[in-house]
Amino acid sequence: MSFNDKIADKVKEIPRSGIRDFFELVLGRDDVISLGVGEPDFSSPWHIREAAIYSLEKGETSYTSNLGMEKLRKAISASVQKQFNVNYDYRSEVLVTVGVSEALDLACRALLNPGDEVIYHEPCYVSYDPSISLAYGCPVSVPTRSENNFEVRAEEIEKKISPKSKILILNFPTNPTGAVMKQKELQDIADLCISKDLIVITDEIYSELVYEDDYNHVSISSLPEMKSRSILLHGFSKAYAMTGFRLGYSCAPAEITEAMMKIHQYSMLCAPITSQVAAIEALENGSKAVEKMRQDYRSRRDYMVSQFNDMGLPCHMPGGAFYAFPDIRGSGLSSKKFATDLLDTESVAAVPGDAFGGSGEGFLRCCYATDINLIKSAMKGFKRFVDSLK
Amino acid sequence: MDRLIQLLKENGRHSVEELSSELGIGADQIEKIISDLIDSGAILGFTAITDPSKIDDSDTVSALIEVKLTPERGGGFDRLARRIAKFDEVESCMLMSGGYDLCVVISGSSLHNVATFVAEKLSTLEGVVSTATHFQLKKYKSNGFLAELDGSGERLPVSP
Repeated sequence: MSFNDKIADKVKEIPRSGIRDFFELVLGRDDVISLGVGEPDFSSPWHIREAAIYSLEKGETSYTSNLGMEKLRKAISASVQKQFNVNYDYRSEVLVTVGVSEALDLACRALLNPGDEVIYHEPCYVSYDPSISLAYGCPVSVPTRSENNFEVRAEEIEKKISPKSKILILNFPTNPTGAVMKQKELQDIADLCISKDLIVITDEIYSELVYEDDYNHVSISSLPEMKSRSILLHGFSKAYAMTGFRLGYSCAPAEITEAMMKIHQYSMLCAPITSQVAAIEALENGSKAVEKMRQDYRSRRDYMVSQFNDMGLPCHMPGGAFYAFPDIRGSGLSSKKFATDLLDTESVAAVPGDAFGGSGEGFLRCCYATDINLIKSAMKGFKRFVDSLK
Repeated sequence: MDRLIQLLKENGRHSVEELSSELGIGADQIEKIISDLIDSGAILGFTAITDPSKIDDSDTVSALIEVKLTPERGGGFDRLARRIAKFDEVESCMLMSGGYDLCVVISGSSLHNVATFVAEKLSTLEGVVSTATHFQLKKYKSNGFLAELDGSGERLPVSP
């Protein structure tokens, strides 16, 4: 039986992820030093795991409120107030989800009618484009460039605005470029959103992981008049090294939260209770562990970026997240060819930049949430490979 | 300085160059700060933290000894505690609150050697009232390091 005519057209239209192609090349080889991961190399801090274990021991295995446990929503509301200086009512404006990925999907499905356009900056996380498409929206990308440290500018967004534009997705610090935005440029974007009546989905998943002492991360939702048109998405995966717990949340005006909740209650019912309990522990007692990891990432970042620049692969200093994004255009190779040859000759895996959208071509994503000794070996391999091209 | 000490406590093998680039302080200055810390006794030494079960000389035995002392007028437990601490066999020596006075951790090349040390050197000291020796059976964590590596085996090699 052929399934080709059974699979939905919408799904058939979506191309295979470039990450998955590369994943299959790496899979089954145990000699590879991988800089290709999108998660911390730390396990979740023990006190968080212990809270989850204790919850299971107590027999907490039931459903929770669709919105998420009240105690967790209160903790989220307090944490968002403290971190971003925006006040969300835990009763009606906070929704606990299965990772930010679910929250993004919910936001798109709750807001988009077929044909509505969603603007996002690129290179970007691999899910944005397909999440928009699967919600019957039209993805519209704004390329960002290394000359601007991959920040996005209001005027470039404005060029892409049409009468069908409905949503702008922002993700700072950015996966895969590590870009961060200063408040002034963010304010220009906020002004544009207000004048063009755009809703902003701001993916804040890396917001704790910023490294410059004089940089203060600002969420666009905290700027004047922006809370009412923003959906703030955040979660526990990156800062607390809790990727496998699959826990995120959205903070949004009550009507939007209610619309997202409608989908969530029928598709997901609620986020897993064990993960919710772990998240409460993370918010109550996890800040010290986050700070420790952040400092480790910063020294690894400094090392990796200086190595890339020294070996002749220009690399901007990423202000956040845990990725370096070196420019490999000088090699004359495509991202894919560079990554594949590097893997073959030096057994070092880094993700071709075009996996994150066309404007990522010419770059590689290298994760520095990796043991420093592995990074050192990987950089040696990189250097040998780059020298061999000269 | 706090950060420097923290980095050295996590990994005493950090090179001066690594510390210099991490902290943004010149290498010469790092060397000076570290040698000052050593000279003042703030840093007592650098060592490798080992898992005895994975080292060939696994016959080595460790014991924790509870020691009760008679305190002295003028110095309390200090003189005797310092005297006990000076034996090469003693790895650490701490004054405790609670049911006994000194907690002495010692190691020796055999059970017999440890027993001999306790019986002949420690118990016979004037002022030592009693000892209770507990032999170490297995090490799970030492100086902040778990003896078995923790988790992280299942990371996908490439993920978004």
